[in-house]
Amino acid sequence: MAKREVQEINAGSMADIAFLLLIFFLVTTTMDSDTGLMRMLPPIQDPTEIPEDQQINERNILEVLVNKDNLLLVEGEIISFDQLRQITKDFIANVDEADDMPEMIDKEIPFFGLVRVPKNAVISLQNDIGTSYGIYIAVQNELLAARDELRDQLATSRWGQLYDDLAPDRQAAVDDYYKVPISEAEPKKIGGN
Amino acid sequence: MSKFKRSTGGKGVAKINTASLPDIVFMLLFFFMTTTVMREVELKINVTVPDATQGKKLEKKSLASFIYIGEPLQSLRATFGSEPKIQLNDSFKEVDDIQDFIAQEREQLDEVERSKMLVSLKIDKETKMGIVVDVKQALRRANALKIMYANQNVEEIRGIQ
Repeated sequence: MAKREVQEINAGSMADIAFLLLIFFLVTTTMDSDTGLMRMLPPIQDPTEIPEDQQINERNILEVLVNKDNLLLVEGEIISFDQLRQITKDFIANVDEADDMPEMIDKEIPFFGLVRVPKNAVISLQNDIGTSYGIYIAVQNELLAARDELRDQLATSRWGQLYDDLAPDRQAAVDDYYKVPISEAEPKKIGGN
Repeated sequence: MSKFKRSTGGKGVAKINTASLPDIVFMLLFFFMTTTVMREVELKINVTVPDATQGKKLEKKSLASFIYIGEPLQSLRATFGSEPKIQLNDSFKEVDDIQDFIAQEREQLDEVERSKMLVSLKIDKETKMGIVVDVKQALRRANALKIMYANQNVEEIRGIQ
């Protein structure tokens, strides 16, 4: 008896099966990537402790309020949305060291040497419970944009690269240079509902 | 007088060899299989996230938990009203449930990854801040401090004031 040949499996329908699976994944796939503003919330405060930020000098705080009518109040003045970014940049960079701007100190930062940086400047963003979320995010976005623009400027002038492309230790140095936290303040009721 | 003679001499159209077709299709299939992300929750609310320019990409989706806030869908208005509601996973929840939800989500992550956990807030732009502040406070109590305000990345923000 001759040795039986191995029978070939008909692979003609393989393509059909693969197509079926392919179409399934095509339909269920969502290619959109999630983007968002990354923020850190402050840890919850011990109610028995005196909150630290009350000790920060008035001139070191950039107070940004958004009320229920979505109006912006920065340092006691109503401003338009377009002005916010420039004001924030002036506050963080503080080139002239004016009296109403944050206190500056000399600080040793790697890569930069001894530089003048804000001592403990803070941007405080407060909102009313009636503020719309869209406006709140727009304001957050402007504050972050101001900070990011300054970082990019610094990184470009020092290394000719954008902040995002820098090595981690250089990023940390730039972070140190413009160390102005944007505080998500304890909720407060400002103006009626 | 054609220069090319059919070797077979038959009149039928020459057959294209389709043996490599499954390979091609499989390649595509694997591409989609690896890039696909299954839609994990059925949204019961309308969420249009706000526009922003500074949004960063969410690198690892597995580390993120999602909290949705918005008005219930039109079909659910009769039962749930039109006030903005919080949706966790598949159901409407209250602010007080967030702490449990975070604990649960944290439990599902590997121990080494727990510190990198991130909460993505997908909130409709028309929502009032009152409920958002409550959620933020709940997150602080749950010690989930790394958050992300989900947004739609645009070149420039328009239509403010």
